[in-house]
Amino acid sequence: MTDVSTTSGARPGGGPGPGGPTGPMRAVLDAAAVQRALTRIAHEILERTQGADDAVLLGIPTRGAHLAARLGAQIAAVEGLELPVGTLDVTMYRDDLRLRPARALGRTEIPAGGVDGRLVVLVDDVLFSGRTIRAALDALGDIGRPRAVQLAVLVDRGHRELPIRADYVGKNLPTAQRETVQVRLAETDGQDAVLLGVKEGAR
Amino acid sequence: MTRRHLLSTADLSADDATLILDTAAELARLADRPIKKLPTLRGRTVVNLFLEDSTRTRISFETAAKRLSADVINFSAKGSSVSKGESLKDTALTLEAMGADAVVVRHWASGGAHRLAHAGWIRGTVVNAGDGTHEHPTQALLDAYTLRSRLGSLDGRRVAVVGDVLHSRVARSNVHLLATLGAEVTLVAPPTLMPFAVETWPCAYSYELDPVLPKVDAVMMLRVQRERMNQAYFPTEREYARRYGVHAERMAALPEHAVVMHPGPMNRGLEISAEVADSARSTVTEQVANGVSVRMAVLYLLLGGSEPAIGTENEAGGTQPGATQAGATQPGGTQEGGAAR
Repeated sequence: MTDVSTTSGARPGGGPGPGGPTGPMRAVLDAAAVQRALTRIAHEILERTQGADDAVLLGIPTRGAHLAARLGAQIAAVEGLELPVGTLDVTMYRDDLRLRPARALGRTEIPAGGVDGRLVVLVDDVLFSGRTIRAALDALGDIGRPRAVQLAVLVDRGHRELPIRADYVGKNLPTAQRETVQVRLAETDGQDAVLLGVKEGAR
Repeated sequence: MTRRHLLSTADLSADDATLILDTAAELARLADRPIKKLPTLRGRTVVNLFLEDSTRTRISFETAAKRLSADVINFSAKGSSVSKGESLKDTALTLEAMGADAVVVRHWASGGAHRLAHAGWIRGTVVNAGDGTHEHPTQALLDAYTLRSRLGSLDGRRVAVVGDVLHSRVARSNVHLLATLGAEVTLVAPPTLMPFAVETWPCAYSYELDPVLPKVDAVMMLRVQRERMNQAYFPTEREYARRYGVHAERMAALPEHAVVMHPGPMNRGLEISAEVADSARSTVTEQVANGVSVRMAVLYLLLGGSEPAIGTENEAGGTQPGATQAGATQPGGTQEGGAAR
């Protein structure tokens, strides 16, 4: 999520949204591949947490929130288990707030049961520097004390700047710093895809 | 470099205002959490400079700044060197020397906040918390927030602003903001309390309350500002209450869904009867609660990022008071806190 081009809702003067100043984009995952990756993550969550009965899915807006909702639906379809699904906005906890204009906030919606003593699975679209997840851990700390926290991401593009790793990864995508990764989802962009391009001005 | 102040609601675009209200709506959810605090403004200093009495605005700004983890310094006229006659300039230079990132200012003179922002005394952000009879932008924002949460949207809604419009900074700020957000405002006041040149404001006006009531979605009562009344604006309080006060009978004339607002402090029995003030239609305490969320949103959007997200004024082309603020007051001048004419 630290990749500006995947941070939707960044306004005003925020990073370029999809279709912003980037060169031609190439699809690395198409709609079917995104679906397969999510199905696999749903199964992995069930397997690794032995049935996931105390799990809570928290998506990081915007796209992480949609992914969390889809994972919840997948798990319900596979196991008939309705996991609590919520969203966790991390804007106010970011360490780069003062580097950019103030941004509009996303929605934080903690499920009724709260997070105390439960297994929280954070869900985001792209794992890059790890700073978004650091902010999410801080935000979570102000809401309650989970039993454990895990991380699910659709794409891990590398270049970590903090000691953070994902527990569930849809696709490991080795990238260069000058490249940009965009996740598109049907809910926000009309169709599912993961696109790879080169940042404008980077050579 | 862009400067960042919130001096008047006339400076806010519809997008700015909507961003503030949306941000406030997200921040309002914080009130339900066990830890009602965000780290966003850690290390920033907010000075509450109150040169005129206030309870709810000062407490509300203080709560808002503290919930965003800012350091708050409260500064009021009583108990400071202002009571020894220190000028606004010297006070401002002191605040600047202490490194204030934002100054929330309430001043008895119209234009006090504008002067502080543009005189070059301080580099920080200035937030107008009420200047004389000119503007009180965060009050209008919290009123708009309250209306929006009660009525859904402001577009095309009808709002009557009733009472001492002449002395009311709340009315001025609300007229601009509600017009920007698409609401239709009708000012209702006796001719003596209707501002000069009111026909140039973006609103309608009436000297009679009863014909207006059945058509409105909200009625906003204004406090009769006895402290600013240096002449006889109406014959008796009883007559004022009978013609312009809202009581149970008038409340019954309102449409089913309409709400009654008051910015506080209320003169119970004068502009609003106790029965109305305590009814389910009254939003008085709701307005106070919403004030904290709205002020958090304003402080976050002005101070939270590398540059302000709202109310931007260019260094060169600062808003000229007369150009955008058509009103009875002269924002640039500093009259002795009395009537504007």
